[in-house]
This record gives sequence, structure tokens and C-alpha cells, in this order.
Amino acid sequence: MRNKYDKPHDSVKEPLIHLVRRVDIPASKAWMIRIICVLLGMLVCALFIMSITSLNPVSVYASMFSGAFGTPRRIWQTLKDMAILLCIGIGLAPAFKLRFWNVGAEGQVLIGGLVCAAWMITMGGKLPNALMLVLMAVTAMLASALWGLIPAYFKSKYRTNETLFTLMMNYVALQLVEFFVDVWDKKQSHSVGIINGDTQSGWMPSLFGQQFAPAVLIVGALTIGMYFYLKNSKQGFEITVAGESENTARYAGISVSKVILRTMAISAAICGLAGFLEVSCVSHTISSLTAGGRGFTAIIVAWLGKFNPIAMTLITAILSFLSRGANQIASDFNFNTYASSILTGIILFFILASEFFINYRLVFRSKKGKERAE
Amino acid sequence: MDDRSAVRMENVTKRFGSVVANDHVSMNINYGEILSILGENGSGKTTLMNMLAGIYYPDEGYFYVNGSEVTIKSPHDAFNLGIGMIHQHFKLIDVFTAAENIILGIEGSRTYDLKEVNRRVREIADQYGFDIDPEQKVYEMSVAQKQTLEIVKILYRGANILILDEPTAVLTPQETEKLFKVLRAMRSDGKAIVLITHKLNEVLELSDRVTILRKGQYITTIPTPVATEQILTEAMVGEKVTLDIDRPLPVNREKRLEIRNLTVYNEERVKALDDVSFDVFSGEILGIAGISGCGQKELLEAIAGLQHIEEGGSVMYTDPDGNEKELAGVSVRDIRNLGIHLSFVPEDRLGMGLVASMGMTENMMLKEYDRGRSPFLDRTSSLKTAGEIQKELDVITPSLDTPVRKLSGGNVQKVLVGREIAAAPTILMTAYAVRGLDISKSYTIYNLLTEQKKKGVAVIYVGEDLDVLLALADRILVLCGGKQNGILDARTVTKEEVGRRMTNLVSEEAAA
Ligand SMILES: Nc1ncnc2c1ncn2[C@@H]1O[C@H](COP(=O)(O)OP(=O)(O)OP(=O)(O)O)[C@@H](O)[C@H]1O
Ligand SMILES: [Mg+2]
Repeated sequence: MRNKYDKPHDSVKEPLIHLVRRVDIPASKAWMIRIICVLLGMLVCALFIMSITSLNPVSVYASMFSGAFGTPRRIWQTLKDMAILLCIGIGLAPAFKLRFWNVGAEGQVLIGGLVCAAWMITMGGKLPNALMLVLMAVTAMLASALWGLIPAYFKSKYRTNETLFTLMMNYVALQLVEFFVDVWDKKQSHSVGIINGDTQSGWMPSLFGQQFAPAVLIVGALTIGMYFYLKNSKQGFEITVAGESENTARYAGISVSKVILRTMAISAAICGLAGFLEVSCVSHTISSLTAGGRGFTAIIVAWLGKFNPIAMTLITAILSFLSRGANQIASDFNFNTYASSILTGIILFFILASEFFINYRLVFRSKKGKERAE
Repeated sequence: MDDRSAVRMENVTKRFGSVVANDHVSMNINYGEILSILGENGSGKTTLMNMLAGIYYPDEGYFYVNGSEVTIKSPHDAFNLGIGMIHQHFKLIDVFTAAENIILGIEGSRTYDLKEVNRRVREIADQYGFDIDPEQKVYEMSVAQKQTLEIVKILYRGANILILDEPTAVLTPQETEKLFKVLRAMRSDGKAIVLITHKLNEVLELSDRVTILRKGQYITTIPTPVATEQILTEAMVGEKVTLDIDRPLPVNREKRLEIRNLTVYNEERVKALDDVSFDVFSGEILGIAGISGCGQKELLEAIAGLQHIEEGGSVMYTDPDGNEKELAGVSVRDIRNLGIHLSFVPEDRLGMGLVASMGMTENMMLKEYDRGRSPFLDRTSSLKTAGEIQKELDVITPSLDTPVRKLSGGNVQKVLVGREIAAAPTILMTAYAVRGLDISKSYTIYNLLTEQKKKGVAVIYVGEDLDVLLALADRILVLCGGKQNGILDARTVTKEEVGRRMTNLVSEEAAA
């Protein structure tokens, strides 16, 4: 006595392919998928290059490689790119681990940079450089921390949406920078130019004759520190627990709002430090382009690296290599610079796709009853 | 094979790393029949059915549905074969109505006529006696209503083979009775129903046959008319078991907690506890009885420092040396810092008692990670505790670092109870400590609690099974709608009396 619901979907066409969520996947297999996806991405890049230039992709990759690592100077340039981007990513990691979606890194970097520029312009030459640098670093981090505490306070007190809040504050920071650039700009050139080019006051001294070495070292130490902070410190444990479940945190006696405030202060302070490094060690100027979208790229870095500082370092390395390399081929083969964005886009797309294939499995429809489980 | 055969499995094997969840299992499911699947925690019941429902893919073995061999690679495949599964955790979208949830994800229906959907939902509801309003939003639904919706959703999509994984674990007795009525109606309509449950009385009451799994292997199938609790338990465990609860008289009874005028408002600002006063003694198990939502949860949370206690309420703690400390208004951490060993097994194990993504070791740290002055975690002692608990309570897990969400329900509970007992408590509070546990593991927990009582711990036990409550506890506090409705001697009171007080306030009753 089977009824009318019998044979349910006879009329529905079965799709050829569909998706199944993977429940468990060993880490080794996940890494396999990632590597395959990056290789596929590079293959597609090569095809793309060939199709528009009919150049040999091998020579194009060789040129990319030389652009990123060809001379010591280029290596340092790539390392510097990495350092700043990674610094911001490292700042985002603890906030994201807490599931506090800080998309305000762009603004937090700008605030840090702005404070540094203010010191350099107003106090340039009036203080010993070492003192100047310490003051700049500390105040940049403090100012950014305060900047970041604003959305954190509203989140912990009134449960406002932090994504929207931090995002909007980016534009406020941007306007602040443009305002001060106008204030400081004496030549009506809409830029402050290189600050203290003569006295080099507030400039990070170079190390081993390398301008960027201090930034690289600082960020390297920071990365290792963050790794242990998240993994082995009591505060890191609180972040993991509170990020996973607020109820469990309460049960364990963890004050969730305290953790939100503290973590966000740390997160924003590190972004402020990135602003300090950019202004004091790299560009020696301030403009609305100082953060340059890296506050957003760093979100990708943090996510793809699963908030693990070591994995994040790898991701930053790939991204920095790509953008340097792409700039090189742009000049070697007379592409315009958008080519670089396209290549980076392709690779990012494939890295994101790898996450998709780690979470989902494609199932191809087979004729029923023919295929057996092995 | 008789023609009622719905599903036949042959030599189905599934491994998770080194764990063999199902080991060459062969079994049958028939139309027009309710089949119970019984087995200890971690015996592979859920995994086996998940394969039939397309959630997992078997490592080995064959499935036959309606007589022909099939490959089930996804839930979608399962649906096409008329197989639907109701999981313990519902997969519904809160902001959608019942009807919207039902049609969500049906392939080939880009456009739909909501009126038509509502009509068919009502038709199914009438046919089997469901109580459902297609236009109600999911967030307004009780757990039982959500479960009903899951079942209707599956029927709507044309399922003839329904699998229910521990459906009654979250239901009140009345709701369970309703569910059983529906299941019987579906059986007489010719559907094949598979019921995974740990409650032997349900198995005996409802099912036609019982299939027993043990440690991933198929043991036997018993027709229900010849089954008894004893036979089933022994088949499950594989050896003779005694199902007795030992209840020694309390010795050295000392007042541990003096609770006075406790009033608590819940998140919806509704009075969840109304002027409750009672005492808790060491060396004794105090049972708390009440229908779900009568304030038990808030009571335990208030004592643990997780609920705001209204002005005038008091929770006075007396330590074994006779020193008194007021706990009302003191935070969880401060209670801990006072040196009070207050253990609490909350109802929501993975959402409150444990961190689901962490392994056993890290979960051991949850309540003591902040010990000492160092800013870094000390893993050594929790590693040791985790190892001991794994050994003593026989926790089945691939490793101490496997996220606890991957463990079976029973093992999750052992980790939680184990941690709370390992903290050497003076007060031990448990909420539904055996929910989802198989019968022998339930008795393990009862014995653990009794052992704690013998050690002089003050045990508070919130439970739903009145038979157990009457056999385990020394005194029973009945809550009715947040109000205290008598403190009874568990050795002399009748089940009927407790049941009556759970639903009717006794007016002349004063605090004991
Ligand atoms: N995703 C997974 N990863 C690793 N091990 C798993 C996974 N799912 C289940 N297991 C293991 O497989 C075994 C069987 O688990 P399963 O959930 O099927 O048991 P069960 O009989 O349903 O138990 P319970 O009565 O507690 O629900 C257990 O040892 C469990 O730890
Ligand atoms: Mg199960």
C-alpha cells in the first residue's frame, strides 16, 4: 500500500554535477588541493599571457621571478612589501579569531601613519632621532588602538555590527588624512612630499645598509610573537573560547566584553604599527594612498592563512611575489600595469577556489547501479 | 527477500582514521515497519544511517533500495531514493516560515506557488496528525515544532524511508507521545521508519524489530515481542549487566548551600524563578523535577554565577570548615578565586560546557587555564587529566587533540562529566547528565554521582526520567512554573505525586 508520494522525483532532471559538503578531510589532502590549485592558477596565468602576447610563458615566469628576486634590491623590495602586508594581517588575526570582523585595518593604518607624520612635521629636528622614533611608534599604536576601541566599545556595550562600523571608520580616517595633508601642504601641490628629506628626522635608520631591514625584522619578530600569543598564551585561549561560543566563555568565567576590547586594541595597535613602518621606514610621506588597499588585502591574507601567522606568511609571500613579478613583466614586455592586477586576481581566485574544494566535493552523476563503492 | 524490503545493506564499512565506525554491517529495513536501532554510544548507529542518507560515503559495502543496488553519494541522491533523515541538530532557516523551509532546496522548482505549498503541507499534516502551521516562522517554534517541521519537510519531498536519530531526546513526555502517534500513522501508511534511541521503553513500546550494533558490528535483530530490557541491554553491552542504582543513606550531612528568596528573570525578561528557597547538603543527592522550562536551567546557572539574581536573593555557601560565603552577585571567576570547587555540567554540552573545536586536553583547561601568574598556558596538568579521564571513563576518541565535536554524544558527555568530577568539587550540579547516553553509560553516570555523594559532595541532579530521579536522589525539589512546589523525600514519595506537583501548584505547601 504505497501511496501517492511514491517515486518522488521522476520528472526532475538530475544534474550532471553537484556539490557535497566534505565532513572531514585530512590536513595533508587539504594542502595537496591548495598546491594543485596554485599550480593551476599559474597555468591559467601563463595561458592568459600567451593569449595576449604570444610570449613564451616560461620566459614570462622567468621575468617575474627576476622582478621579485633578480637583484638584492628587488629582493628587499619584495620583502618590504611582504612585511607591511603581513604586519596588517597579523593585526587582523586575533580579531578574526575572536570573530570580530575588523575590516577597518585600512583606517587604522592611516591613523598610525598620520600620527607619525605629525611628529615628523611638527617636531622634526627638535628631538633626538631615537627618542623621536620611540615616541612615533608608541603614539601611533596608541592612537590606532583608540581608533579601534571605538567600534569595539559599541559592540561590547550595545551589540552594534562591527563590520559596518569598522568599515565606515576607514572613510573617516581617509578624510582626516586628506584634511591634514591640506593643512601641511605649503606648495598647494596636494601632497606633503617627502618629509624631512634633509634632516631625516623620524626616519628609521637603515640596518646592514638596508633601508627596509628594520621593518622586516620587526614584522618577523611580531609574527613569531603572535603565533605564540594565539597558541600558548592565556589571552589567546580566551580569544579562541570566546570566538567559538560566548556561552562557553561565560561558563568558563571569561568576560567576553573585556576580551573584545583588549583584542581589538591589540589588533588596531598592530595595524597602527604598520602605518608607522610605512611612514617612517618606507615612504617617508603621508597621503590618502598610504594604506593603499592593503588593509583589505590583509583580510584575504588572514582568512586564507586560517589566522595562523605561519600560514599567513606563506600567503603574503605568494601575493608579494606576484605583484612584484607582474610589475616586472609589465615593464619588460610593455604591458600596462593592469596586467599585474589581472595576474594577482587569477591566482587569488584559484587560492579561494582551493578553499572551496577543501570544503566541498564535486559529485558526477553516474548511471544508477553501474558504479559500486570500491 | 520479501517484497516489503525497503533497504538492504551488505557488508557496509566506514572508517574514520583508525576508528572503525561500522564494520561489515548487513541489515534490512522494511516498509510498513518501525525498526529500532540500539547500541552503545559510539557503536556506529548515526554513522551507518548517515551513509544511507548520503552524508558519509562508505569505504566498503553495498546498498540495495527497493531491490536494486544503488550508489548514494549525497543527500540529494538519498532524497531521490525516497530516503530522508531527521538529525538531532535541525537544519532550518530561522527567519523563514515553515512552508518556505520546506520548499527550500528542492531542485527543479525555481518558481513555486506558496498557496499550493501550504495546501499540501496541510494535507500531509492531516493525513498523519501533525500539528503544524505552514506560515509560522521557525524562530517562533519550540524544539518539538521544529522537529515536526523537519519530518513534514521530508515527507513533502516524497520520502518513504524515514530515519530519526534520537528524536525524543529533546522532547517532553507529552510531545513524545504525539510523535509516536504520528510514527504509527506513517507505519500503517506503509512507510519504513528507522528509530535510533537509547530509551528502551520507547523501543519496546513502538518498534516492530530491534537491530543491535556493538562496537561498529552488527550483532542481531530481535522481534520486539520477545525482547525485554534485560535481553536488549545484554545484547548491546555483550555481557551480563545489572541495572540497579545503589542509594546509601547520606552520612555526615552538612549544610553546603542555603538558598533563600531566589528570583531570576530570563533573557526574555520573564520571571524564570520566583522566590525559591531550599538547602543543599553534603553527602546527599538533591533531585530537581519539573517539566522543561520550569526554571531548572536558571536555578543551576544562578548558583553557578551565570544569572543575575534579583535583589533580596541569597546563595550562602558554607565550606567544609564552616566558613560562610555569599555567592549571590559573585562572578564565575570570583567564585573560583574564592577557592570554591563548584562543578557544573550544563545542559548544552558543546555550546556551554565545552569548546567544540578543541580537543580533550584543551577542554580540560577551560576552567583552570588562568591558574598561576604566567601569561602562558600550562598544558602538562590538563594533558594528564585528559589521559586519566580517557582511561577511567573509557572515552573513545582518535586522540586527545581530536575536536570534541567529532566524538559521539556519549563520549562528549564523559569528557564533560569527567572534567567536572576531576576538579574535586564540593558541589556538583548536573543538568540532564544522561541525555543521549546509552543505558549502560547512564548507569555509569548514576554510579559516578553516587560515588561523589559518598565522598561527601553535595550533588544536585536535574533529570527528566522520574523513575531514575526517584531511585537516585535522596530528596526531590519540585519546580512548577518557576515556583517551588515542595521538597519531597525521594524514598517515600510516589511517582504520581511528583508528576502532579510538576504541573499543579500545591497552595498550602510552605518551604521545607
Ligand atoms: N566525523 C568523524 N570523525 C572521526 N570520528 C568519527 C566521526 N563521526 C563518528 N566518528 C566515530 O565513529 C564512531 C561511531 O560514531 P557514531 O556517532 O556513529 O556513534 P553512535 O552509535 O551514533 O553514538 P551515540 O549513541 O553516542 O550517538 C565513534 O567512535 C565516533 O567517535
Ligand atoms: Mg549518534
